Amino acid sequence: MAEVTYSWPENHKSRLIGKRVSRLDGMEKSTGAAKYTYDINLPKQLVVRALGCPHAHCRVISVDASAAEEVPGVVLVHLIKAPKPGDDPVEIRADGTLLVAVAAETEAIAAEGLSKLKVKYELLESFVADHDLQAAEAKKRTKKAGGGIELDEALGEPDDDDDEEEWEEQKVQELFAQSTYVVEGNYGIDTITHCCLEPHGSTLHWDGDRLKVNLSTQNVSRTDDGYADALKISADEVDVHCEYIGGGFGSKFKPDYWGIAAAEIAKKTGRPIKFLLTRNQELKIGGNRPSGFIDVKLGADENGVVQVWDSHHWGTSGFNGSTVSVGNFPYVFRPKNWRRRATGIITDNEPSVAWRAPNHPQACAITQTAYDDLAAKMQADSLDIFLRNLENIDSPEKSLVYAEQLRIGADLIDWRKHWHLHGKGKRRGSVVEGLGIGIHKWGGTANSSNCLLKIHPDGGVESYCGTQDLGTGTRTICAMVLAETLGLPIEAVKVNIGSSTYPFSGASGGSTTVGAVSESHRRAAQEVLAQLFDLVAKKLEVPAEKLEASSGSISVVGYSDKSLSWKQACSLIGIQPLEVTSIYKRGDDSPLSSSNVAGCQMARVAVDTDTGVVKIIKMVAVQDMGLVMNRKTAESQIYGALIMSIAAALFEQRINDPKTGAFINSELDNYRLPRLGDTGELVVHFHEPESERARGVIGLGEPPAISGGAAIANAVCNATGVRVPTLPLTPKRVLDALRTAKG
Amino acid sequence: MNNFEYAQPTTESEAVALLTESKKETVILAGGTDLVGLMKRMVVTADRVVNICEIKSLQQIERDDSGSVWIGAAVCLGDFLDDKNTDEFPSAKQVIQGISSIQLQSQGTLAGELLRRPNCWYFREGHGLLADSGRMVNEGDNRYHAILGNRGPARFVNASRLAPSLITLAAQIRIIGPGKDDEKILDLASLYRTPAADSERENVLQPGQLVTHVIIPAHGNRLSAVYEVRQGAGPDQPLAAAAVSMDVSSGRVQNASIVLGQVAPTPWVATGAAQALCGKTVTEESAAMVGIEAVSGAMPLSQNEYKIQLAQVAVKRAVLKAAGYDTGGLDSPVINEPSASLETHIA
Repeated sequence: MAEVTYSWPENHKSRLIGKRVSRLDGMEKSTGAAKYTYDINLPKQLVVRALGCPHAHCRVISVDASAAEEVPGVVLVHLIKAPKPGDDPVEIRADGTLLVAVAAETEAIAAEGLSKLKVKYELLESFVADHDLQAAEAKKRTKKAGGGIELDEALGEPDDDDDEEEWEEQKVQELFAQSTYVVEGNYGIDTITHCCLEPHGSTLHWDGDRLKVNLSTQNVSRTDDGYADALKISADEVDVHCEYIGGGFGSKFKPDYWGIAAAEIAKKTGRPIKFLLTRNQELKIGGNRPSGFIDVKLGADENGVVQVWDSHHWGTSGFNGSTVSVGNFPYVFRPKNWRRRATGIITDNEPSVAWRAPNHPQACAITQTAYDDLAAKMQADSLDIFLRNLENIDSPEKSLVYAEQLRIGADLIDWRKHWHLHGKGKRRGSVVEGLGIGIHKWGGTANSSNCLLKIHPDGGVESYCGTQDLGTGTRTICAMVLAETLGLPIEAVKVNIGSSTYPFSGASGGSTTVGAVSESHRRAAQEVLAQLFDLVAKKLEVPAEKLEASSGSISVVGYSDKSLSWKQACSLIGIQPLEVTSIYKRGDDSPLSSSNVAGCQMARVAVDTDTGVVKIIKMVAVQDMGLVMNRKTAESQIYGALIMSIAAALFEQRINDPKTGAFINSELDNYRLPRLGDTGELVVHFHEPESERARGVIGLGEPPAISGGAAIANAVCNATGVRVPTLPLTPKRVLDALRTAKG
Repeated sequence: MNNFEYAQPTTESEAVALLTESKKETVILAGGTDLVGLMKRMVVTADRVVNICEIKSLQQIERDDSGSVWIGAAVCLGDFLDDKNTDEFPSAKQVIQGISSIQLQSQGTLAGELLRRPNCWYFREGHGLLADSGRMVNEGDNRYHAILGNRGPARFVNASRLAPSLITLAAQIRIIGPGKDDEKILDLASLYRTPAADSERENVLQPGQLVTHVIIPAHGNRLSAVYEVRQGAGPDQPLAAAAVSMDVSSGRVQNASIVLGQVAPTPWVATGAAQALCGKTVTEESAAMVGIEAVSGAMPLSQNEYKIQLAQVAVKRAVLKAAGYDTGGLDSPVINEPSASLETHIA
């Protein structure tokens, strides 16, 4: 067999890749036939409910479980984060931390058992004012979180006897003095939660010494080691399954401590266990995205090109006291001179976990607003200011891509028609309209992925890969790649994913999955096809390189009468199936995938200045992603990202009680989210010149979820002429900002 | 949720018997859109749940000889919306349209909506209606709490979205129980009260009592409208709301009723504002003046001063809307110019 050269088919030859293909499991999901972890009930299972700590900061002194244990139907009371009798108290640093679990015959009995637990707490002072740097400093709740400075070489170097910091400070001040425009501002974005529709959790049982877990996870292949570490068994004794998942967004990579508790309870009771978080617990401990607040000063030349950036930002990632990574400030833009500093705030909250494009949406929302305020100060067009500052960005090779994307976006939102200077638009009664921009970047490198592909002598095709479909259409992509490569209809291939017993495939995080499965499935299919071509070539007495697979047959290029049907061809395999396992390792140079995308989003909003209500009229997303695999699911990925951006820009917010620290809007009746009526018109444009296609597949999960918040915030500022500093832009915040501006 | 007995009576008298026959803690289940969540969170625990949705007399909408419309307590919001008999109550229909969730419209009932428990997060986290005699709200996050009627310990806002409009329509309710033959008709406004102690609820219903009907008198050409300030298009609680009903003759308002929602522990009857509107021609200026009058007694908490403006704007816009004028704001037809539909981009 000749060595296989991996490649994608040319555009005009693609039947499936780049086309609109509906999700293969769309009907099952729509009708409820698809079984999510939450839907799985095992024979004789016990249901577990856990007591969440009602205090943000306390010590758990003791737990009296005697009354709970007496409730008929309660089988086990299991301590999670609580002291055993005689143990030292356990300090709790976040409202909702799971203390004690009750396993019972039914959910109601478990809940009743919980209500009978008597827990003694010692309350400790809590701190949750993550926006208030001074208060945090006074309470010693801050931590240095990095920073740095870079000055243009032309400014020279400090002399040996200069104090370096003083010299830098002097240079920074000189740069501001030389600037034609200086903007000072403060901006912010609150903590939001992942709010997965399907809460975190599992249904699991022990089969002898083997742990079998149905887990709502983004990481089918690699949560086994998490269980193994915690339970002192080996990873080969753990099987993880997840056919369908109701949302993860970066929060479902591990078994989590409640998952370990479920396994321990199953071991102790000898019964299968179902343990999923309640809605309230999902919001409190299922995952959150850190907040970010910033003081910025920037200086620009007469053209509005920023020459110096000086910022200090802070925020919280919960009780571990980290903040948004300082490396991305200002976001995408990178003036020649910058100084930046970050401070983490230690609050009594659950630690944050990865949220779709970790750090980027916050960095974008609190720095590109400052660039827009520069446009406002200059009485200039924001689009021009964004375009001019493309001369100083962190990936200079992308500046032409951004420029082109901004031009396309501007056309799609009719920028020139609707643009007006900040606060100078036409008023219709109390309503003003405005336009805003954000730009973003992301890597999107393909993750590692292996695929076992079997071709049966009767023509059957099945694949096995330990990846997972987060709802984005991964299963469909796998089938498309196989069917395209083998020249078969998509229904002719059986794709198996969602089990750790299948060949390894990386976690779905960081926009890595579409590249991963495209790599592994294309490679496996090309290799298996090469083997099949060898058999067919022999039979037809032609060279293998003259063969092609299409329309369910293998034929000689240019001689369609000289061919074998797929089934006939497969009958040449012999009695054993043809099996190939492809291996793709993250970082391997490959013609099939690459990384690094740009993108821009624009928003047109209307603001009712009497009520502070903001309405999205239209949003435009322009996005490159290399080779588009499935046009339909790629589009819906971006629609979803735009809606998530609207959610974070206008609605979502974790609200902690300022005194007790409790997370008081941890149910959906008060954790506000947008509905379809709030999204306005959404326009998605794929930026895909031939040069993009040639880059191969690049992940799309994160990038479109980044810059929408900045675009909306800037549009509200353009409409009202007033900066509403902190996202979400609620009616209260809009009215408060308008009132402050009036004086 | 704890374990409970479940009863499903088919007559009003059976229901009263089930509600009163034992000393057990009993709750009434209609649509369950509020109760079930509260039970799951153990904020409400009951030994017995009595489902009233199988009682035929509670499911009908009928007009009596005087022209009043009797609406059964278990009539779902969607049926109220679709029924011809309710056409003369546009403000009530506007509210139900604004509860923009097909699930809530189909499952939620009329009386259930009127008796929805407060959405106050301290109440829903299990701290009771008064949440430490109002201290938790005062010292905590009170952005959605009361700006009127908040001088006692109660700081929550009444959760019903329909009550303001039905009160301006002079609606009454029929209550039966706890005695076998007990029956009374009460003005809807007097159903609500501001609790002064932890033992009191946000309404005057006693254990064993059941609201069976809402009775709305015929309205002829009386104008009515509601304006709710909603943050978004979803079914979330509005931030402030106002309902107006009024007769207009020779271009002047003859008599008016104005009730605010989401601003006080009860639907807030703004008598002074209604009087101020009488004799006036409805204009942008007179409507704005009435709005200012309606909130003249407001006393904001630490974080909800913005609600004073919202309530004021809600009254102004409700008056304009009732008179058939453009309310302005984001609902104005001028703002909602037609643009390409979402479908064209999805297709």
